[in-house]
Amino acid sequence: MKRLLRWFVYPLVFIAIGIGITQGYLYLFPPKPAMVVQTAGDNLARNVGGAGSLAVPTLAQGTIVEVRDGDSIQQAVLQAQPGDTVMVYPGTYSETVYIDKDDIVLLGVVQEGRWPTLDGKKELNDAILYSGSDITIDSFKITNYKGNGIMGQAGNNFVIRNNLIIDTGVYGIFPQFGTNGLIEHNILTGIEDAAIYVGMCDNVDVRHNEVFGNVAGIEIENTRHALVENNYVYDNAGGILAFITPGLPIKTTYDVIIRDNFVVNNNHVNFAAKGSIVANVPQGTGILVLAADDVIIENNIISGNDSVGIGITDLSLITDVSKDPGSEPNPDRVVILDNIMENNGNNPHGILKDLISVAFQEKGPDIMDTGKGTGKCIADQNRYRTLFVLGADYGLCDRQQYATDGIFTMTLPEMAPTEIIQDVSAEDFEQELGMRTYYGVCTGCHTYSVRMIGPSVKSIQALYFDDPQGIAEYINSPVKKREEFPEMPPQNYLTEETRMAVAKYMLQVSK
Amino acid sequence: MIRIASAFFTFASSLALLATQSVLADDADSLTLSDTCPPGFQWVAGNACELRSLYQQYPSIQSQGVGGLKTGLPSYRDGFSPQEIDLGRYLFFDPVLSVNGQQSCATCHDPDKGFADGRGLAVGATGEVGTRSAPSLWNVAFLEKFFWDGRASSLEEQMTGPLYALNEMANTPDNLLRTLNGIPAYQRLFRLAYPEREDDITLDKVYRALAAFQTSLISLNSRYDQYAHGYASALTPNEIEGMNVFRSFVARCAECHTPPLFTNQQIAVIGTPEPVGMARDIGAQGPTGDATQRGGFKVPSLRNINLTAPYMHSGKYDSLWDASEFYTLGRGHALAEGEPIYLHWHIWEPQLTDTEIDRLVDFMGTLTDTLFTPRIPEQLPSGLTPISADEFTRRLNQR
Repeated sequence: MKRLLRWFVYPLVFIAIGIGITQGYLYLFPPKPAMVVQTAGDNLARNVGGAGSLAVPTLAQGTIVEVRDGDSIQQAVLQAQPGDTVMVYPGTYSETVYIDKDDIVLLGVVQEGRWPTLDGKKELNDAILYSGSDITIDSFKITNYKGNGIMGQAGNNFVIRNNLIIDTGVYGIFPQFGTNGLIEHNILTGIEDAAIYVGMCDNVDVRHNEVFGNVAGIEIENTRHALVENNYVYDNAGGILAFITPGLPIKTTYDVIIRDNFVVNNNHVNFAAKGSIVANVPQGTGILVLAADDVIIENNIISGNDSVGIGITDLSLITDVSKDPGSEPNPDRVVILDNIMENNGNNPHGILKDLISVAFQEKGPDIMDTGKGTGKCIADQNRYRTLFVLGADYGLCDRQQYATDGIFTMTLPEMAPTEIIQDVSAEDFEQELGMRTYYGVCTGCHTYSVRMIGPSVKSIQALYFDDPQGIAEYINSPVKKREEFPEMPPQNYLTEETRMAVAKYMLQVSK
Repeated sequence: MIRIASAFFTFASSLALLATQSVLADDADSLTLSDTCPPGFQWVAGNACELRSLYQQYPSIQSQGVGGLKTGLPSYRDGFSPQEIDLGRYLFFDPVLSVNGQQSCATCHDPDKGFADGRGLAVGATGEVGTRSAPSLWNVAFLEKFFWDGRASSLEEQMTGPLYALNEMANTPDNLLRTLNGIPAYQRLFRLAYPEREDDITLDKVYRALAAFQTSLISLNSRYDQYAHGYASALTPNEIEGMNVFRSFVARCAECHTPPLFTNQQIAVIGTPEPVGMARDIGAQGPTGDATQRGGFKVPSLRNINLTAPYMHSGKYDSLWDASEFYTLGRGHALAEGEPIYLHWHIWEPQLTDTEIDRLVDFMGTLTDTLFTPRIPEQLPSGLTPISADEFTRRLNQR
């Protein structure tokens, strides 16, 4: 039998691997045409999954603003209009780029291995901050920042792909308060907290990323509807985390699928900042579910993680954070389907080591549970070495019931709205905008019938009764008209559309 | 001795109060209540004032009102009648609500001081010094917890604190009702505001009217807001630089002071020092009994923060610069050795430069907007005159 293996099976395996590598190589690095100049249109998604509003990349509808070595990316972003693409050529850009407008594609052009590189020189805080919606950040090398590589605050429909992020401080990629996002094909290393940190978001896919040498590889925190798939997660202190962190304004994590990932050898020393939440993650953790609900773990290869393959725990693991009565502390309905788990637990660390020794064991388990939460199940418990303390109770999962093969993505089928009013007519929208502006701004100085700081609306109506354009123009750059009133401050900060809407609305006000 | 003096003072001023009332009561007969909504509100059928804001056009995740520039508001209180709001305004400015007629709500929540009082620690009607700083009332319509330690969940519940605390307005429910029911102008105005309820003035009407007025204090028209709605030139380069420090993950200000209200409304333990001689305030541990919340306080909004120095729950810092610097002086630097405290994980060592702190202060200055400041009544139903924070201080110094 051994001889058979040696002489027959092994060569076959090597040949198979060889073919795989060749095919994979050809797939990843197809023969190059003479000269490739990347354009926004060429930058097609490599989505293997299928549907979802973000699967097809936003093609630039507007103009392309080019940035070359020596130029400022920020200047180009300021110049760009929604719908435009800022295309950045190879070079070193030492700046913080902030995007406070919607629908911008920030696209790096990689030429012969030369990347557009954002280098913070360990002096700058964050590389890219976006607050707009419909933002794509694609093909940048980002390194030596102190805060984050890419940080989003509330932008919906974000796409962050094809980036190399190396030692950018606390987080590598950190969308926060966003709905509908895609994070794929990024490589991240050297991050002192989570390399990819999805915080307080909804409907996000994290897939095909390589994360290594970080404190945490991928963290899904206080986030609902997340798919973590096909990632290569190794040599972090902790591989993949699904967390509820107490004390945040969004309180829940649920509906998370972690599947088809390699979660291997996550044994890096935990080098997190003192006091941070991830400083609690024991070195050698493959996957850690902390208080999150409805997490499905399926089809992963989880091997060589020295403390534990999969840890399931309630919030008591985090011992140095104030309690939050609004955060439900237990992991409920965690579903562990079929995973390959091997060689985990060889050298347990931290609080897991303590828990393991309390159970009179030296080696860490494949799966460990601290005993809180209900409705959990494992498809084939006999395969794994488990350590369930405090009466953790696992049922037998029905593979049919929890099958995820019909789920290609957690992103939304339609783009998430960036304005509350999406489906009203143009007239209704203008009316609403005018109303909100009139009451939200104008009534600070004008009332309908009485003189306040400015003249009454009645007297304005008498002056402009059929001329909203006149009002719109006047408020943009007012001049002193009436001796007895102070000069009106310009309302030029309102968009032209808003000024016209409020002018029309003002002419209709009757109380 | 102090107690006796203060009791005498109370007695004397009560006499003065009665005298003033009888002299001025005639003028109060002409007072009436506004039938239009305050700025920021639209009058709708049912005689209700509904809030209108450009922020209503934006979504926010789980409707929590936390996010970035174009993020919608959290849930809020509105729908009060114009009359209730205006009655609340009279009550708010009327010192007759305090035990001795020396202090109104507006004395410690003075519109000229950002609806705070300019003091580190509040001082009560009888001159007794409190233990915490009077918070600003701008945008309280959006809050779900009240007091620094978050112990009240509505304005109505909250106001029973200062109205009756001995070191605040020091009144009693009975005395308050007796006083108000004894003032004909208030009887008349309460009937105007609550025509369907012709009984006496009751506490729930008083509380409701005060809540109606306080929830009308909206500040969402700062230069920052102009920037948020899309006008890039609203902020100077320095202010934008400050905004980027503010929301960066080095300074992390926006993680708790989250737009659009610049608070995430959570309790946070940050470990600021108390003024010299004061023991550590246990904060949220008081009401919750949870030792992990020792020293925890509600994250305050930073809107109009330029107007409300000094800063922190007990007024430790005189300037925004010093308050900002606290966060970069080292995690737990102001704690006693071995003090049991669960510091928030965002308290770390960002090593901000002085220039970065300058820029943060620049940015916070863009959050000032007092466009909707209500008018201080020239006349009050009680016949008393409003007592501003400064006037109160002047009188205090004369005692």
